[in-house]
This record gives sequence, C-alpha cells and structure tokens, in this order.
Amino acid sequence: MKILVPIKRVVDANIKVRVAADNAGVDLNNVKMSMNPFCEIAVEEAVRLKEQGLATEIIAVTIGEEKSQEQLRTAMALGADRSIWIEQSGPVEPLAIAKLLQAVVKKEAPDLVILGKQSIDGDNNQVGQMLAALCDMPQGTFAFKLAIEDGRAIVSREVDGGEQVVSLALPAVVTTDLRLNEPRYAKLPDIMKAKKKPIEHIRPDALGVAVKSSLKTLSVSEPEGRSAGVLVSSARELVEKLRNEARVIP
Amino acid sequence: MTVLVIAEHNNLSLNPVTGSVIRAAGLIDAEIHVLVAGTGCESVAEAARQYEGVSKVLLADNAVYQHHLPETLAPLLLPISENYGAILSAASTSGKNLMPRIAALLDVGQISDIVAVHSPNTFVRPIYAGNALATVESSDPVKIITVRTSAFDEADKGEGWAAIETLDQVIHQDKSRFVSENLTTSERPELAGAAIVVSGGRGLGSAENFQLLEKLADKLGAAIGASRAAVDAGYVGNDLQVGQTGKIVAPDLYIAVGISGAIQHLAGMKDSKIIVAINTDADAPIFQVADYGLVADLFQVLPELEALL
Ligand SMILES: Cc1cc2nc3c(=O)[nH]c(=O)nc-3n(C[C@H](O)[C@H](O)[C@H](O)COP(=O)(O)OP(=O)(O)OC[C@H]3O[C@@H](n4cnc5c(N)ncnc54)[C@H](O)[C@@H]3O)c2cc1C
Ligand SMILES: Nc1ncnc2c1ncn2[C@@H]1O[C@H](COP(=O)(O)O)[C@@H](O)[C@H]1O
Repeated sequence: MKILVPIKRVVDANIKVRVAADNAGVDLNNVKMSMNPFCEIAVEEAVRLKEQGLATEIIAVTIGEEKSQEQLRTAMALGADRSIWIEQSGPVEPLAIAKLLQAVVKKEAPDLVILGKQSIDGDNNQVGQMLAALCDMPQGTFAFKLAIEDGRAIVSREVDGGEQVVSLALPAVVTTDLRLNEPRYAKLPDIMKAKKKPIEHIRPDALGVAVKSSLKTLSVSEPEGRSAGVLVSSARELVEKLRNEARVIP
Repeated sequence: MTVLVIAEHNNLSLNPVTGSVIRAAGLIDAEIHVLVAGTGCESVAEAARQYEGVSKVLLADNAVYQHHLPETLAPLLLPISENYGAILSAASTSGKNLMPRIAALLDVGQISDIVAVHSPNTFVRPIYAGNALATVESSDPVKIITVRTSAFDEADKGEGWAAIETLDQVIHQDKSRFVSENLTTSERPELAGAAIVVSGGRGLGSAENFQLLEKLADKLGAAIGASRAAVDAGYVGNDLQVGQTGKIVAPDLYIAVGISGAIQHLAGMKDSKIIVAINTDADAPIFQVADYGLVADLFQVLPELEALL
C-alpha cells in the first residue's frame, strides 16, 4: 500500500499572530514556521501503518515556497520515504491545492491519501474533501482511529454529536483529528538520513494545472479585543457580581 | 439569485443551528430554499418551512440519505445547484464534511466559517484561530459557504407557508458505507446554543472530578464544555471540546475552570458575553480575557459555588 501525505508549512501553533499595519494580512516577518500540526499527525499515522507492515511507501508532498522543503525534510525525518515539492509562492486557495494534489494522485496512484483536517493558518478545512471529490474517492474526515481491513479503510470520525464509523473502499482520502495519534519527535540520526532522501521538484504548469483564484482578500483586521476584567476574592463575591453586576444568573 | 440552505438534522428534528444559517442566508438574498435530505424526515421539513424567508423546502426522503454521507449527498445536490447563487450550511462537522465536496465538483471555492455578510459576495471570516478577521470577496458563480452559527441569531418563525417539494433522485454508491455511530445523549442544553457554558480543563484532573462541574452546570441549567487537554486525557468525550478545532460557542456566560487559556481554546469562546475564569495560576492567559477572575483551587471553589446558587 502506497500512502500520499500532503503537508503544509504554517505559522507555528504556539505563536499568536498580529495583523499587519496595512491590514493586508498578518505579519509573518521573522515568525517561526512549522509543519501544520494536523499534517504531523497525518505523517505519523502513515509511518505507523508502515511499521505495521500495511504500507510500503510514504510520499510527502507540499505546495509552497522554497522554504517549505524544510517541512518535507521533517516529514522524511519522521519516516516518509521521499517527497514532492510543487513550487508555488504566495497563498494558494484550497481548490487549486486540491487540483495540484489530484495531479499528483494521478501520477503516483496512492491507495490512501492522509491529510490534516485543517490548516491552522487559513482554518479552511477543505482540501481533503475537495481532493476526494476531484478523484472520485470516498472520504473519512476528522479521523481519530484508522484501520485497514479487507481492502477497506475503517475510519472512526469525530462528529459534533459524538463518534461515527465509516468503511471506505480504497483508494480513499482520510483527514486527521488531534486524537488520532501523538506524533513522535525526529531523532538526530533520522534527521541526518532525511537529508539524503529525494525531493522531486515540480512546477504547477508541468502538472497541467492552472492555479486560479476566486477569492480576493479585501482586508484583514484585528478582532475586537477583550481586556482583563476584575479579580474577585471569593466564590461569594463572584456570585454576587454575576447576579447584580453582569446579571447573567438569576 | 435564490439561496439554498442545507438543513442540519437527525431525521427527527431540525437542529436550531439551521435557523442561524437561514438568518445568514437572508442577508445574501430574500428568497431561501431549504434542502432536507434524510429518511423519514417529514417532521424536519415541517420545521424548516416555519422559518421566515423560506419559500420552498426540498425534501429528499430515502434510506440512502439516512447518515448524510457526503458521497451520497454531493451527487444529489449537484444537478440542482445551478439554480442557486449560494449554498449554505452550518460550519458543523457534517457541513464541513459535505460542502467542500460540492464546491470541488462545481469547480468553485468555498468560504468557510463566515461570521458576517457584507454583501451577496463579500463575507467576513476568522483566520489564524480567530486572531484575525478576513474580509473576502468571491467571484464564483455559486458561492459555497459554511456559517459560524454562533455569530447569527436564529431566524424568526413565520406563518410556515413554504411549499414542500420532493426530490425523487436516489443516489446509490458503495465506496463509502456507514458502519456505526455513538452519539452522546444528554439532558443538558446543547453546547452550541446554551446560554451558560461551564467548561473544564486539565485542572479537573480526572473524569470523576468532572462531576463537580456537572453539579454546578445542573444548578445553572448550563451546558458542559471542555478543553482539548481534558478530551485527550479522556475526562470527557470529544463532542464537548470547545476551541479552534472543536465547537465555537458564544453564550451569555462562560465559566472556565482549570483551563489555562491557550490560543486554540480562546478561539472557541472569546466571543462569549461574560467570561469567568477559575484557576490557581494567577498568570494563566485565561485571566486576560476574563471579566471576572478567581485565583483559587477549583476543588474548594466549585462546592462553594454550588452551595451559593
Ligand atoms: C492544532 C491544535 C489545535 C488545538 N485545538 C484546540 C481546541 O480546539 N480546543 C482546546 O481547548 N485546545 C486545543 N488545542 C490544545 C491547546 O493548545 C492547549 O493544549 C489546551 O487548550 C490546554 O488545555 P487546558 O487549559 O485544559 O490544559 P493546561 O494548559 O494544562 O491548563 C490546565 C490549567 O488548570 C489549572 N489548574 C490545575 N489545577 C487546578 C486547580 N486545582 N484549581 C484551579 N486550576 C487548576 C492550571 O493552573 C492550568 O492553567 C489545540 C492544539 C493544537 C496544536
Ligand atoms: N499548500 C499545501 N500543500 C500540501 N498540502 C496542503 C497544502 N494546503 C493544505 N494542504 C493539506 O490539506 C489539509 C487541510 O488544509 P485546509 O483545507 O487548507 O484547512 C492540510 O492539513 C494539508 O494536509
């Protein structure tokens, strides 16, 4: 079984971004960048399937600027066998990402594509579902458990009301939720080994995909801030304030 | 052009978040249709037609639609989508699952999680865990949109004169099969719509200790929420998670107990009207957004609060 894992370079999850002074976007100067946390979970899941002898090859792929190769190296240090870097600068909309990934799926014919459920910069939660649609594959989104049985993927999903299990014919698309696994840390020897693993460099036009955009960002603004209120000294004072000042309890 | 709203329901009753989506839809166009796809779901269609602004309910009633699998629903929607200028659903797990699939098949983008409508093609949506708000303009012929329902009041109920039209197409596919589900049932109000939410974090320390929160919630008629850490530690189910990747809530009162206030948690609750934080660590970031902070041990405070209410 061959697994394709699309990953994204994003602002590190521990950083609180600031809106840029010109309101055109957020300020990304000198900000720490990392692999999207949900993508790390996707890589980890693929590696576990390989360790169980269910997967034979793991290919990481990213669409992004030159520096996004750093995240491909991370993916390979964690266990991906090789990588594809589709060079594209500037923001790319989820549909275009999905089309580029569709071209990679055609080329590589993976049995399983594991993506993150959401990129933590754009908070889109779209690419996996779009890719599944374009490839006419079934989708198991927000997975917290994944098993391969009789040529089908059994995906346990986090849904608003609780949990749901679906069975998908392979090839299939799975997107990861936080509970799926806890990604390992790359060990130094693996980081060294990853430097020798191959990264294939492709340009979007070579895949026959025109990167279009239909969504224009007019402005980006800071949400209305909240300021710290008051400290109360006891449960009694808290109840009194909630009753008589905020009037949110009877 | 007319707007189509995808109803959120469990085949028996319409989830009130649909009313919030209808409110948002009304800001795009005055004519609204609602799609109810499911099985044995006439009562849902009946509830949907009660909303003001809804002129037609499309009812696709067949066993194949029971579990709302996107592999089945997307082909059902595709042929009718060209009648609409926009298709909206709640930014719920089922909306998030379905809508991008439709968008891709229509070769258009999706606008996720809108919190405001500026014009029929301009919307506001949070990005970076709500640390920024983007105003975006879509040039797509059909706008596929998911709505952050906590940002819109439920639409008003009217005379309920909307026509119910049945869709007879039956979509068969076997690539995706429903296996099972495990849905939590609770006597408490739904997290998404509750006026008061009492949330617990890692500070609670165990599933048993969550009962302390339950007692308080019962006194207040509140819903219970949790941080991701509490979910990961197995104290409560994932359906209670509040945050960037969980549920977004905006109640009148949010009480955070033993929650530090990570960016990802704040993303899910910082639009609450009044926020209360109870935490032993005076430096916990949650106090920076709290209207009322109590630096104290939750195991001492919770029983006191319960007794006072
Ligand atoms: C991609 C990504 C997405 C995420 N999405 C979410 C999300 O949607 N929702 C979410 O919540 N998190 C999310 N997280 C996790 C988030 O970053 C934090 O790890 C999490 O919110 C921490 O939960 P917590 O506050 O309960 O735990 P902690 O940060 O460990 O805080 C526990 C708090 O309890 C206090 N405490 C301990 N004992 C007591 C006591 N006896 N009395 C009073 N106070 C006490 C401590 O002082 C501390 O402040 C996400 C993380 C990532 C990377
Ligand atoms: N530029 C990209 N390159 C590769 N994969 C991506 C890219 N953007 C998004 N993805 C994948 O799609 C998932 C969901 O992203 P999104 O739909 O943007 O929230 C991510 O977790 C990645 O797995």
